[in-house]
Amino acid sequence: MSAVTLFEGPAAGATGDSGLAGFGQLLRSEWTKIWSVRSTAWSLAILVIGGIGLSTVIDGVTAAHWATVSAADRQAITVKGAFGAGLDFAQLPMCVLGVLVITSEYGTGMIRSSLLAVPSRKRLLAAKAAVFAAVAFAAGELLAFGCVPIGQALLGSRVPESLSDSANLCAALGVGLYLAALGLFAFAVGALVRHTAGAITAVIVIFVAFGDLSQLIPGTVGKYVNAYMPANAGILVTNAHQQATDLLSPWQGFGVLCLWTAILLAVAGILLARRDA
Amino acid sequence: MIEARHLSKWYGRRQAVGDLSFTVAPGNVTGFLGPNGAGKSTTMRLLLGLDRPDEGEARIGGRPYRDFRFPLRTAGAMLEAQAVHPGRSARNHLRCLAQTHGLPSRRVDEVIALTGLASVARKRVGGFSLGMRQRLGIAAALLGDPQVLLLDEPVNGLDPEGVLWVRTLMKRLAAEGRTVLVSSHLMNEMAVTADHLIVIGRGRLLADCPIAEFTKGASLEQAFMELTAGSLEYGDHYPQGSIA
Repeated sequence: MSAVTLFEGPAAGATGDSGLAGFGQLLRSEWTKIWSVRSTAWSLAILVIGGIGLSTVIDGVTAAHWATVSAADRQAITVKGAFGAGLDFAQLPMCVLGVLVITSEYGTGMIRSSLLAVPSRKRLLAAKAAVFAAVAFAAGELLAFGCVPIGQALLGSRVPESLSDSANLCAALGVGLYLAALGLFAFAVGALVRHTAGAITAVIVIFVAFGDLSQLIPGTVGKYVNAYMPANAGILVTNAHQQATDLLSPWQGFGVLCLWTAILLAVAGILLARRDA
Repeated sequence: MIEARHLSKWYGRRQAVGDLSFTVAPGNVTGFLGPNGAGKSTTMRLLLGLDRPDEGEARIGGRPYRDFRFPLRTAGAMLEAQAVHPGRSARNHLRCLAQTHGLPSRRVDEVIALTGLASVARKRVGGFSLGMRQRLGIAAALLGDPQVLLLDEPVNGLDPEGVLWVRTLMKRLAAEGRTVLVSSHLMNEMAVTADHLIVIGRGRLLADCPIAEFTKGASLEQAFMELTAGSLEYGDHYPQGSIA
């Protein structure tokens, strides 16, 4: 064994849950983890390239048949901007990646190696969440800033579609924010469920069953329940313009999604600290 | 120094460990023995803070494991060879563990060389044999140059050369004044490796003494069989109504 100076970090005596000492090292470790498995690059490539590709196709078809596009659809394009189709496509791979980032550690047993190095579950979860959110945000921005110029070229003469337009720029930033928060929501579900298939099912049930089916609840209650569902609220931040029928403004909607995500992450953190690994 | 004080742990209605107390001293290889289901792995998990004890407490280097911010500097453990993502290369696996402690990649390469994994370090762990995974587990345990080592069945799946290598390594680590706790089923291996024995059966302490005192001239296997004869009926591990 070597007696060389191995340690560059803070003093070995540092203890406890609190404080940020060594947190940068945890971030670096999670960065290595996320990029050293192939599923990350694959899912992100599918998400960005597939999303941009789908947007291009939909924009092209829309432009070619502009004369027959209904007024409602024209309005939708104006509201959603060029990344509407690509964003819809990107949601599921982002959720799957969010789930996998945490459940793959449980599925493979890696979590025990991770916890031996970082006994504080909350710190481990926080570092993992932070790195994943940053990667998800960057992927979302790649998608948005890939979609807008294409939309501008194909539809620019018909709808206000330009990154120099502050509403569109804001919406493009919103794509990264929304996908990061959505992915983190799925990540939190993954941390709670700890099984890949179970967690992905749970995410789909939450977004499809609660998100889409809640609009079937009759009356004003149904409208409110539907509007405050995590994805329904969060996606508003990707809209270039607020519609008169929206109950929440884009930033309020994003706040609602962040609140859902924060609650789930907090519960996951508490349970993780209590449960046996 | 490893201390277990009145440790108890139930999984559902089954008691895996009951009122278990022992101390593992530095400078020795301490063998941790017991029949299957005796609670060896559970005890290791309690010592390392992976599971919480229902009663009692475990300390390593004077502190509960969970209180360490940088535990790998104090204790290194190999619990099972499977605690690795199969899609990650051996080197990246060690790198992400080393980075949590700010350890340089030079240290990663050192433990790779030490465990004889240099030629496969950049290959994905999924393709590793059990023996190679064991070596990777030992490499991870040694990363932080710890004073305390806990190894659960480290020679499983190793070829004779590997067994000899682990034995020599453990003796060397103990001779350097480190605390080495190693669990095993292999009596002959323990007989030539351990200086001290802790034997448990059905989650309770059966013996805690130097190996010579334990065997009293008989073979280790014989002495072990006699001591654990009463702990082998598996039906007794599981109270009625629980799922075995």
